Parts: sequence; structure tokens; C-alpha cells
Amino acid sequence: MSGEHSTYTPTSGIERWVDSRLPLPRMLHDSFISYPVPRNLNYAYTFGAMLSVMLLVQIVTGVVLAMHYAAETTVAFNSVEKIMRDVNHGWLLRYMHANGASFFFIAVYLHIARGLYYGSYKAPREILWILGVVIYLLMMATGFMGYVLPWGQMSFWGATVITGFFSAFPLVGEWIQQFLLGGFAVDNPTLNRFFALHYLLPFMIAGVVILHIWALHVTGQTNPTGIEIKTKTDTVAFTPYATLKDALGVSVFLIVFAWFIFYMPNYLGHPDNYIPANSLKTPAHIVPEWYYLPFYAMLRAITFNVGPIDSKLGGVLVMFGAIIILFFLPWLDTSKVRSAVYRPWYKLFFWLFVANAILLGWLGSRPAEGLYVILSQLGTLYYFGFFLVIMPVLGLVETPKRIPNSITEAVLEKRSGGSPATV
Amino acid sequence: MSEHQTSANKMGAPHAGPDGEREPTRRDFLFLTTGMAGAVGVAAVAWPFIDQMRPDASTLALASIEVDVSSLQPGMSLTAKWRGKPIFIRNRTPKEIEEANAVALADLKDPVARNANLPADAQASDLDRSAGQGKENWIVMIGSCTHLGCVPLGQAGDFGGWFCPCHGSHYDTAGRIRKGPAPQNLAVPTFSFVSDTVIKIG
Repeated sequence: MSGEHSTYTPTSGIERWVDSRLPLPRMLHDSFISYPVPRNLNYAYTFGAMLSVMLLVQIVTGVVLAMHYAAETTVAFNSVEKIMRDVNHGWLLRYMHANGASFFFIAVYLHIARGLYYGSYKAPREILWILGVVIYLLMMATGFMGYVLPWGQMSFWGATVITGFFSAFPLVGEWIQQFLLGGFAVDNPTLNRFFALHYLLPFMIAGVVILHIWALHVTGQTNPTGIEIKTKTDTVAFTPYATLKDALGVSVFLIVFAWFIFYMPNYLGHPDNYIPANSLKTPAHIVPEWYYLPFYAMLRAITFNVGPIDSKLGGVLVMFGAIIILFFLPWLDTSKVRSAVYRPWYKLFFWLFVANAILLGWLGSRPAEGLYVILSQLGTLYYFGFFLVIMPVLGLVETPKRIPNSITEAVLEKRSGGSPATV
Repeated sequence: MSEHQTSANKMGAPHAGPDGEREPTRRDFLFLTTGMAGAVGVAAVAWPFIDQMRPDASTLALASIEVDVSSLQPGMSLTAKWRGKPIFIRNRTPKEIEEANAVALADLKDPVARNANLPADAQASDLDRSAGQGKENWIVMIGSCTHLGCVPLGQAGDFGGWFCPCHGSHYDTAGRIRKGPAPQNLAVPTFSFVSDTVIKIG
């Protein structure tokens, strides 16, 4: 699929028969066996495989959980408890699904950070990056609606607060909110439609993942040097080299996943969600799932009005803006050098960005008062400053380190202890 | 279009008119009309799919409830449920009314009454927030924080009125926003006293 001619040779009569009718085995062979990948890929490039595995885990566990779940407000909570207590292995399937969502997000955040560090979003991979952001958005919508289904207190009030974001928009806000809820408040129509959409969206994610991989195989993978593939010596075959590396990465990831499922299955959840939803009583402290916390912190950081925009609308705009800005990343980064390995200043600002994102996540879990609000405001400032100021300016003023001529040269240099290699 | 045209014309090949301009063919006509019918058809079919998301008639029909408030002594409240949301009904003490009256309207974050029973531009005086002349002790409000919809806690917060635990909005004894991120006073729904002890909401 990278424009090179196919190396697939059907050996048996059946393979030849299929190949001349629907060359699917050829496509799979060219995409996942003979497909050339840079020879210097490290373990940061294995998160894509983990994400594929997690999507599969979520779909498989989700489909079987749906066989026992009932999306109706009077029985939803009890049907989840029935899964936990009565359904054969129901506890395991539900813990896999609930923790699976968290591990899906752990993998996607590491995958995004890899892209930011090695400049994977830069030309000619803009569409590849944008499709990734689309997948991330779909994941967030799916995760949010899934969290509503157990119909606990956090389900109900999380849904109330998040659909409340839309009421911030002037004129049409209330109409949009009622349109999403199917009523004046979160109720049975809301639960029903969220279940239908929660079942649908993962398959849409799978569709966009296919486009994402297609785009990846058109441009070819990036690599830690950020230098494009120039000769055959720069590459190795996907199988066995990348396949085995991915398999090892996935195995380690799944061991940690299993540790959570069996030893701390509720660590990432919230105890209030084991209290049935009550539309007349709000829990004392509402927090979203951990993977939304940085955005939640930015929502609450806007405590002041800006001109005609009141603090409520401002917070909502900042929160949506924090995700929308990712779409424009390929054009905000002005640097000619792709990888942070050769950009000393960018490397520093990148790690500050990571630390800031973690700080914002922690602040999102704190009550919105005093010092926490001020720190959230500073964190929000750096988040947007990184994309809107540091990225465009740094590309123009930074002096990058010397860049090797090819991937092969970079690999040999490293092997001979840093001295320039003679190739 | 004539039946005597050449086969090339029937295939839609462009042919020049007398003044050099291309004459419309039967295919052009069909393209336009089919396209227009298709666009109208898509819009007509799309609407039911969008409209089904909106609150249906049975949801909208839950328009009014009657609440017996005879048991509420001054200083007591009850919470009713209307349209899936809590309704706060409070028989306020004279002290609470006094506190609310003592606030200058200029000090309010939201100077509008937000009372569905009054004109939209009514001022947020204590009288206009309450059930009106002679019933100033009664206050009826939708118990849904105007920030993001959490239910505020009663008789709490810096102003002795309501306090929203989600994002820290403080309301006074007349349900007016005084501090925190909420943009508006707690909404007063359409209501009336059916008798001295029964309130009809909606």
C-alpha cells in the first residue's frame, strides 16, 4: 500500500483462485507482512497495536454485556448489579470493560504524546493526524455515554453537567440541550439514546481506524529521527520485526491491565456511582472520569467574564477549544525539523507540556476554590501558549542539532558510540 | 426534444447552438430535476430522524402538578419534582425576607427577576422573586443551578440561601446568584395558588 509493487505470491491453487477474484490476502500480506517499516522504531511506536487490541477488547466485552444490560431507568442500575453478582463471569466482563476504557485512554494519551514528541503530525501526515484526533473525539463521546449507562449518581449528574455545557450557548443552547436529552432533564429517553449511541460509536471508531491505518500506509511511518525512508537499508519487514515488537509491548500492557482488573478494579472509578441515580440530590463533589480531568480543569479555570462572553460560555469554549486546537497542529508547528531528538528547546517545552497536562488532570480532581483555581488558570495559559505561541515561534528561532543523512546513518552512528559513521 | 436527433445527441454529447452556446440536452434537464427532487427527498426523510430526538408530546404534557403546602411552617421547605427537575418551595421566615430586602439591586450579579409569572424585564427585588404581594413569605423555584444544572443545597452558603456543591455558586434567601460561576438567579416557574394551601406549578 506504500506505492511499492506487491511481493505476494499465491502458492496454492485456492490462493490463486481467491487472488484473481478478491485479492484480500494480497492486501493483508502487503500491509502487515512485507510492509516496510523504518529499522529504528522504538517501543513508543507500539501504542498503535495496543490501541487496536483495546478497541477489540471493548467491542467484544461490550457486545456480551449488552446481552445482560437493560437501558431503562427503573432497571438499569439493578441490571448492572445482576451482571456483577449473578451473570456467569459477569463481574470479570464488566471490570474488563470499565477498566478497558481507562486503559484505552492511557494508550491513546501515550500514542498522542509520541506523535507530539517525534513530530508525527507534520507534512505529509496531516490527514493521518486529523483522523487520529477524530478517533480521540469519538472515544471521548463513547466513554462519556458509557459512563451514564450504569445509572448511578455520577452517571446521572455527569450527564446533567456535560449536557449542561450546551446550555451555555446563547439563543440555541436550551434547544440543543433538550434535543440531546429528549426532555427537560436527564431521564429515560436520554439513557435509551445514550445506550444506542454507545453501541454504535465503537464501530464508527473502527471505520476511522481503517482510514487512519490506510493513511499511515500511504505516507509510511515516521521514526525517532524524523527522516523519511530513503533506501531499502533504512527499512525492515513489518513481520517479524514490528509484529514481534508490538506483541511484546501489548503483552506488557495487558499484564498491567490484568493487574488492575484483578487487584484494584474500582481504583479508577468513583464510589458514588454505586448509589442509584437520584434526580433530586447532587453528590457533594462531582468529578468526571480521570481521562477528562485536564479538560474539566480548563472548563473551571474560566471564572471571569471576557467582554460579552460570560464565565460559563467562556469555560465551555476553552474546553472545546483545547481539543479543536489539535486539528490545527500540523500548521501551527513551523519547524522544518520533525523530531524532538534534534530540537533541544522543543524537547524542553514538550516535557513541560506533559507535566502541565498531568498537573491540570490533578487540578480537575480538586474542588474549584482558592489556589487550585489560580493554578488551573496558569495551566490553561500554558496549554494554549504551547500550541499558539511556542510552536509557531520556536520553529523560526530554534537552531536544531545536526541531522543525520539517513536512518541507516543514524542507526550506525548510535552503534559506534556517537562518532559520525562511514557508510 | 425531437425524435430525429442523431444518436450522438441522444448520448448527451455537447453540441453547439447557432450562437456557439451549448444547447441544454434532455440529460441536463433530467440531471437538474432529479437532483432537486433528490435534495428535497433527503431533507424530508432526514427531518423525522432529527425530530425523534426532541422531547415528545408525553414528555411535554407533564406540564403541571399540584402541591399541598399546608404542612409548611415558616422556615420549612419541601422539594417537588416537575419535568424531571426539583422544585424548591419554601415558607420563608421574616428574617430571611428582611435579609433579601436589605440587598441593593445594584449589588446583584443578575438584576433580572427570572420569574416566569412576570414580564421578562422585571427587576430582581425580593417581592418579584417571591409569590407576590401578601405572599412574600413563599418562594417557588426550579432547584437546578443555572451554571450546569446541579441541585443546590438549601439554607447553606455565604448568604444563608442555597449553595451549589458542584462548582461553588452561592444564592441568597431570594434565590438570587450572589457569588460563583452561575450566570443567573434560580428560575421561578409558572405557578399559582389554587387555594391557600395548594400550589399549582406549570
